[in-house]
Amino acid sequence: MSVLIFIDQSEGRIKKTSYEALTYGAKVAEQIGTEAIGVLLGTSSDELAALGKYGVKKIHHVADANLNHLDAQAYAAVLAEIATNLGAAVIVVSNNLTGKAVAPRLSARLKAGLVSGANALPDTSNGFTVRKGVFSGKGYAHISIHTPVKIIALSPNSYETRSGEGTAEVVPATTAAVASKVKVVSTQKITGQVPLSEAERVVSGGRGLKGPENWGMIEELAGLLDAGTACSRAVADAHWRPHHEHVGQTGGSIAPNLYLAIGISGAIQHLAGVNRSKVIVVINKDPEAPFFKAADYGIVGDAFDVVPKMIAEVKKLKGI
Amino acid sequence: MKILVCISKTPDTTAKIAFTDNNTKFATEGVQWIINPYDEWYALVRAIELKEKDPSTIIHLVTVGSADAEPIIRKALALGGDEAIRINSDSSDSYTIAYQIAEIARQGAYDLIFTGKETIDYNGSSIGGMLAELLDIPFVSLATKFELNGTAATINREIEGGEETCEANLPLVVSCQKGMAEQRIPNMKGIMSARTKPLKVTEPVAVEALTSVASFELPPAKAGVKLVDAENVAELVRLLKEEAKVI
Repeated sequence: MSVLIFIDQSEGRIKKTSYEALTYGAKVAEQIGTEAIGVLLGTSSDELAALGKYGVKKIHHVADANLNHLDAQAYAAVLAEIATNLGAAVIVVSNNLTGKAVAPRLSARLKAGLVSGANALPDTSNGFTVRKGVFSGKGYAHISIHTPVKIIALSPNSYETRSGEGTAEVVPATTAAVASKVKVVSTQKITGQVPLSEAERVVSGGRGLKGPENWGMIEELAGLLDAGTACSRAVADAHWRPHHEHVGQTGGSIAPNLYLAIGISGAIQHLAGVNRSKVIVVINKDPEAPFFKAADYGIVGDAFDVVPKMIAEVKKLKGI
Repeated sequence: MKILVCISKTPDTTAKIAFTDNNTKFATEGVQWIINPYDEWYALVRAIELKEKDPSTIIHLVTVGSADAEPIIRKALALGGDEAIRINSDSSDSYTIAYQIAEIARQGAYDLIFTGKETIDYNGSSIGGMLAELLDIPFVSLATKFELNGTAATINREIEGGEETCEANLPLVVSCQKGMAEQRIPNMKGIMSARTKPLKVTEPVAVEALTSVASFELPPAKAGVKLVDAENVAELVRLLKEEAKVI
């Protein structure tokens, strides 16, 4: 028996969300009295043994370059084989973009119940139940898994990474070759920005900013806070900002530690994409803006007055 | 070419979320139901666009739900699609739902299956992947762009910090999100024709659920906003650093 944790990489580098999955998986292993084992697919330039500090004793590494790019079909086949060989009782993956493709396939392949978007440790006092967010952040559901093998897809930024001492034994693993049927032909990355899906802090702008020419201060503040930038639907639809920055019901859904909303009224559709943020700060000149009801901190004021002041204060704080 | 579009009925975005029966059921009283926005705006509309390009394309819609899902599927048919299939099951277990759709997909021998990236009620993002595995065909998730040339598809999908362009051959399952298509509003002709389009009802096949909902709960209420004066931005920055510890 074991808890198997899928370690996700991009261009050979381990993703931050994998550290969360490793920490979480090690805790689950402790809870059910078994060992935590990591599994990495594809070649990697990172020091894998060091991942032991998150609590895994062993890492199975399938260093096959054919697995460097995500193909959910190939990934699920390889992971299923390893999980079966190791007799994994629980499989943990991050419910990041890769996890959303792989976990459901793995679930169907192994006939193993899946909780996707889990945000707490399992409750094993009576069966095996895991809490997850439902209704776009407006509720939680406790889902019972009835199958011998359980799959948990952990919501990004919902479980704090903890590290201690320890190194993991890296075990080269081979599996039957699986040809990828999805071929990646090109990658378009936005450079020089914190990716929204990985950002711990996000600075977001709405129509209150009046036009795309006023985003300089949003980007400056985001840069100072090491934050990603986002926007409301109205802004994306008006082509003031690229679509990938749109957060809300029909855009991206994020859960950073800090969400700073500037000039966004906070319609329920917008909140659906950001209400899982740990701390919400709203700057809006309309005291009646619905966003204030969902906020932790707020300033009723004009963005063009408040944001430059905030930039100055953050600079002061950072000694710039 | 035959396209299957998976449609789900979800509570309207603005619906009040509450639970009944000792927090084991979603309180549906007074709830407005809509087509899951990702299924409608992105999956269905992209399928319709493909049919507009190649009118020989056949689009079928499928939903897993009880009879009260029919107004939603008619609404979807008003946007487009040739016929709809409702599988008469109110299961909330993703595997059960995917298993039912897989049965229909096998019978219909579809070249392409579109789903929304997730439903706005269970936020599972699971049906597409499970379906692809059950059918043993490739799955491209979180697609923002889809082009077809014969049986070769070129698809953009979201990755951390950007997108990547992939190629794959039909048959395929694709989960769709923003970028795939633009929202449409059904016109009168569509609404009229939807009334007479075939809507077949089939009974579910036997399958054991892998999961079930034990209970629901509401997230803890926020303590309320702490307002800081616009003249005192320094105080906000201090609070974020010292109290909230987020900067």
